[in-house]
Amino acid sequence: MATAVIDEKENKQLWGGAAEPMKASYGKLMMWFFLISDALSFSGLLITYGFSRFSHESYQGTVEAFKTSVEYWPIPEKVFTHIPFFHINAPLVFVGLMTFILILSSVTMVLAVEAGHRNDKQDVQKWMLWTIVGGMAFLGCQAWEWTIFITGTPEGLTVTDADGTIRQIFGASLIENEYGPRLFADLFFFITGFHGTHVLSGVVINMIVFYNVCVGTYERVGHYEMVEKVGLYWHFVDLVWVFVFTFFYLV
Amino acid sequence: MGQAHNSHVSTPTVQPRDPEKIKKILKVTLYLAVATAIEFVLAFTVPRGYLLTSIFVLLTFYKSFYIVGEFMHLAHEVKLLIWAVVAPILFIIWLILAMLIEGNYVLESLKAIFG
Repeated sequence: MATAVIDEKENKQLWGGAAEPMKASYGKLMMWFFLISDALSFSGLLITYGFSRFSHESYQGTVEAFKTSVEYWPIPEKVFTHIPFFHINAPLVFVGLMTFILILSSVTMVLAVEAGHRNDKQDVQKWMLWTIVGGMAFLGCQAWEWTIFITGTPEGLTVTDADGTIRQIFGASLIENEYGPRLFADLFFFITGFHGTHVLSGVVINMIVFYNVCVGTYERVGHYEMVEKVGLYWHFVDLVWVFVFTFFYLV
Repeated sequence: MGQAHNSHVSTPTVQPRDPEKIKKILKVTLYLAVATAIEFVLAFTVPRGYLLTSIFVLLTFYKSFYIVGEFMHLAHEVKLLIWAVVAPILFIIWLILAMLIEGNYVLESLKAIFG
């Protein structure tokens, strides 16, 4: 009997089975479960980094006297010292900037979700656009960072091979790099690359949602829940970067 | 298909901005920015070691609580959903510990075997 009097608005929120588990919509709940599995993937990569670091010699000596070598794991602040346009020693400044860009784009995303709750199409458009701009700025920074990492320093690193030949290594590849053991560069490419792929797909999805907002799709649907769902994904990407920043660059 | 015009659906009414909500979002932004700035300063002032690493880990968790709790709104969901998300993640803690210990053992073994 009771089912007959459920009004239309309430009925809309129910799933196919006429219930709403955990008071969350189907799409949002599935996004949460996807994010858990994605968190496990990133944990796998970061734990691999920890394992590799603990199974290599660590650098003994003062930070000032640090020289890169394939014998021990490098100190990250001695590797990532470049910023665009200035030829000065600026350790971790550029990575710090990237972190701020991503946090800010996360904030504009929250503001877009908040505007969506108020059905304010203008504001959703504005904040979604800023989020996309932030994401693209981050990707640009990462492209620059990779270029510098792959090109390397003019001095390079002098190594002696097993057969006695002395040669120099410039920059980094998956085989060898001038910063430290092979796995250091490999994990740099895998971890920041996997994260960058997430940012890229996030930007693409944000663009699709932005387009839908502009043409009024969600206005017709009656709610902006899609902005919330893509927002969850975007915050997760930001969250992963917080961990990458700490465990790859700072520690 | 999804964009077919439903003329009978009325456009939802636009509600005005709530300054309280905006203020709260900006407050969380400030917390995150300050935590990142502190990490940054500590990286150059405090000598490397277990103390510094512990501070970094604590600040990272501090930041992630705000991102997941406020930005992703998890803190305001029902308890069951919070635990459905957090509980599987807790298992990772053991994996981290196990792999770090194992990594160290691999290093010690390599040194013991190959000198």
